Amino acid sequence: MGNKGVGASITRLEDDRFMRGRGQYVADIRLAGQREVAFVRSPIAHGRILAIEVPDELRGSVFTAADMAGVKPIRCVSSAPGFKPSDQPPLATGKVRQVGELVAMCLADTRAEAEDIAAQVNVEFEELPVVSDMLEGRKPGAPLLHEAWGDNIFFENSVDTGPSEIWRNAPIQVTRTFRTARQCMVPIEGRGVIAAWDSRLGQLVVHTAAQMPHIVRTGLAECLGLEQSRVRIIPPDIGGGFGYKGILLPEEICVGWLAMRLGRPVRWIEDRREHLTASANCREHHYRVTAFADSDGRILGLDAEATVDCGAYSSYPFSACLEGGQISSILPGPYDFRAYRCKTWSVATNKAPILPYRGVARTGVCFAMELMMDAVAREAGIEPYEARLRSLVRPEAMPFDNVTNKHFDSGDYPEALRRAAAAIGLTQIRERQRAGEKDGRRIGVGFSIFCEQSAHGTAVYASWGVPMIPGFEQATARVTPDGGLELRVGVHSHGQGLETTLAQVANEVLGIDPARVRVVFGDTAYTPYSTGTWGSRAMVMAGGAVTQACREIARRMMRIGAALLQTEEDKVRVEDGAVVHDGGRVGLAEIARAWYLRPQDLPPDADPRGLEATAGYKPARDSGTFSYAAHAALVAVDTEIGAVEILDYVVVEDGGVLVNPMIVDGQVYGGSAQGIGTALYEEMRFDGQGQPLASTLADYMLPGPTEVPDIRIFHMETPSPYTEFGVKGIGEGGAIGPPAAIANAVNDALGPLGVEITETPITPRRILAALAGANPAARKSGA
Amino acid sequence: MKAARFDYERPANLDAALALLGNEGAFAKVLAGGQSLGPMLNLRLVRPDLLVDVRRIPELTQAATHDGALILGAATTHAAIEDGRVPDATRGMMAAVASGIAYRPVRNRGTIGGSLAHADPAADWPTCLAALGAEALIAGARGQRAVPMREFLASAFETSLRADEILEAVRVPVLSARARWGFYKVCRKTGEFAQGIAAVVDDPERAGARVAVGATGSAPIIIEDAGALLRRPFDAGAAARLLRERGLGGDEIDMQIHVAALKRAILRLH
Repeated sequence: MGNKGVGASITRLEDDRFMRGRGQYVADIRLAGQREVAFVRSPIAHGRILAIEVPDELRGSVFTAADMAGVKPIRCVSSAPGFKPSDQPPLATGKVRQVGELVAMCLADTRAEAEDIAAQVNVEFEELPVVSDMLEGRKPGAPLLHEAWGDNIFFENSVDTGPSEIWRNAPIQVTRTFRTARQCMVPIEGRGVIAAWDSRLGQLVVHTAAQMPHIVRTGLAECLGLEQSRVRIIPPDIGGGFGYKGILLPEEICVGWLAMRLGRPVRWIEDRREHLTASANCREHHYRVTAFADSDGRILGLDAEATVDCGAYSSYPFSACLEGGQISSILPGPYDFRAYRCKTWSVATNKAPILPYRGVARTGVCFAMELMMDAVAREAGIEPYEARLRSLVRPEAMPFDNVTNKHFDSGDYPEALRRAAAAIGLTQIRERQRAGEKDGRRIGVGFSIFCEQSAHGTAVYASWGVPMIPGFEQATARVTPDGGLELRVGVHSHGQGLETTLAQVANEVLGIDPARVRVVFGDTAYTPYSTGTWGSRAMVMAGGAVTQACREIARRMMRIGAALLQTEEDKVRVEDGAVVHDGGRVGLAEIARAWYLRPQDLPPDADPRGLEATAGYKPARDSGTFSYAAHAALVAVDTEIGAVEILDYVVVEDGGVLVNPMIVDGQVYGGSAQGIGTALYEEMRFDGQGQPLASTLADYMLPGPTEVPDIRIFHMETPSPYTEFGVKGIGEGGAIGPPAAIANAVNDALGPLGVEITETPITPRRILAALAGANPAARKSGA
Repeated sequence: MKAARFDYERPANLDAALALLGNEGAFAKVLAGGQSLGPMLNLRLVRPDLLVDVRRIPELTQAATHDGALILGAATTHAAIEDGRVPDATRGMMAAVASGIAYRPVRNRGTIGGSLAHADPAADWPTCLAALGAEALIAGARGQRAVPMREFLASAFETSLRADEILEAVRVPVLSARARWGFYKVCRKTGEFAQGIAAVVDDPERAGARVAVGATGSAPIIIEDAGALLRRPFDAGAAARLLRERGLGGDEIDMQIHVAALKRAILRLH
């Protein structure tokens, strides 16, 4: 049959429908009699609602918090000490704390008519002072979002390895301040939900663009006060998620409630304006870091303070401490040093809640750490590449417990960096820089290297105590009567190609052709409970569970197959989707036919559990797999207009054993495009009144095909010792490395002019301002 | 968001269109390619009672050279200009400028007249046509009037078009064989709104050198008799002083970008 199992770059099975435009997304669903919702949203960032005035003739079409009595607010609590929970009512009660917060829900036959109604609802506010910046929000005397707290701090945490000579004696000590912009996630498909009450089943059926359907079910049922068996979540095809679609939205609660109240289907489809201004915010960090190093550039210690701008509410299920909690534990990156202090503040501000976005916390952390490494190298007078080589965890030390007790499972970090330097052509670039560019631009090369904890499980999440703690992942494998295989999994695919890769895993175990494997997901009624697809976990966890379930199927096949072959169970094996024995072979179709249709052919001691098996899986250690990558960027900076062009981009990535290298490449390309967006383009700015300053994609700039270069990917494949087949989670890495690599490259280009960029995105304006600040002569117009 | 309710008419000729626009008491907007108006409708930034779709009107789709000038119907798409489907009066300048407008799907629908009438300061055509010395040909109930770009482009999103008039065509003088042009646009990525635009047309057999600087936040700055600016080496300080005198706003960084665009347009004269 040729290899179609683990390691084969077979084309994606789901692409047939996607490439023909036959995918089915929430907005494609039409239920008989469905009506449309538009929301009245807060135009101000902070204020008390004094009155909501609805014209008399519209009263039956407008719903406010007063109508939704008994519905609980979203309350996502972490058990981490000192965490302060927030209540986020689905429709605002009393106060609004962000622009775009839901105030009323308007119902009509079409969205346009619902918006007409919304425009006629008049909300009277008493405006309150606004916290529009995390650093201001931290200060005593700042206006309070949640008055009962007494401050605006959701959560503080700190790590301290204790007294050390290093703090005083390290020959190199450099301090920098970094900032990463607030971003929006911008999957092609936004959120959307269509809810209907099924009176036969007594169930609220919710089609929603979700990447974690079972978690949505749990959260939604709790807020609506329903037994979970009365809620069914059906996410159809999902057009990108990136973390945003893991969040329980107030809109889902509102629309679910309204569908029950009306007894007919109701839908809300997020538009881009809502997406940008009200919801899908992420990434905003501030760092102040001091690095301590030996005179040869080897890093010895790190002392850091980090602040996360969390927005107004703690979102379900990851909570407002997700980023702050992780920063302190992952800031040390892939380096080996023993002196470490880090304090983080997760601060409430009058902005949309910060949500997990591909690379969660790691992108900002990598930016801070990798710019520090370049600063250390400059101080030591050596190549930044050398400073990293001297400081990385050595391959012979693997598995390695780092300064924050992260357990790096396997890999050769220095080799990844060496390969990246060779591929980008570091030596040749240095020569080229000496010669100068004909077009007058300045070129620079930058590196970043990071490791990425992925598929982290119970041990990690239990310590944060958020509502969702992943345990065993389950999968059901079911042989169909004609010898096909169904795999039922609780994860969902929002672009990862799981319909293909899970089929490849089944092929690896059973030899069944992936074309005969159907992955059944996207419906809580059909699938085992799962925390869903997030944290680069689906391949490790659901792949592992499918492996166990298929192995169980193999055992049961052998029992029936041996009987059909009239031999002993221990004399047969499974091969190419059949049970074989010296000279004999019985295919899965025959075995299935015997079990389902001709039980008279089965042996008297046949296994009554048949050809359907549910199995659970956790890796041998669930502290996470650590994939890692070295990124290298070559950029050209036009100092007249501040433009940055990426001339070359290299990724050397080790994701353990790759189930489908082609799909992994796709993940790296897509993630890197997002990382380039973080580096150079994407920024959701706010004014001092907490007004978001980008409300369309004309204002919120995304990289397009002309801004993303041909990324050159090189793979290393160091198996994880703890997972099935040695796979590691790989989904997010592409988005982690680029901001640091590109900033370091820009700084390499502009360093001789006295410029050091420490903020994302690296816009022309920031470059020109830095050039003007660094060199007074450049202030003159048209330098 | 979705557009508020509006009526839609697609008149077959100019008179019918003018009659629809002349109907007092109803707020009518002219729709051509809809590449700016469409989003504005959806965002409810504009709420007309009536859209008058002018794409099928013959006068607005003409393209012919008369008396030393190209008359280009207002509903001519950017793509038609880019592809050379209309006569070239500008030694390739308009085709080159058209090819840099937004993205091809926008160029397939967007029109030169729509862009001018919308008068977005960051658009390409106002600056380009100002440098070319083009005129707007405006149809109204009382007949046609010709308005030079300097007068037509009043400010950001403001033209001298009256509510009951239609921009029918642009008249672009045919460049002589000795004419040179240069155009440069600074934008952060392909298809984005420009931060700086400069167009230079030097036709020794006509008006001499004319420079237009766009993306100013208002109407383009038009500099006639700009020969001094074209001298080498380019004097950035003098250029900045001149633009400041002509009312270019913004801070030093904005100025630096405008001056760089101007310098590059001049360096590209060919």
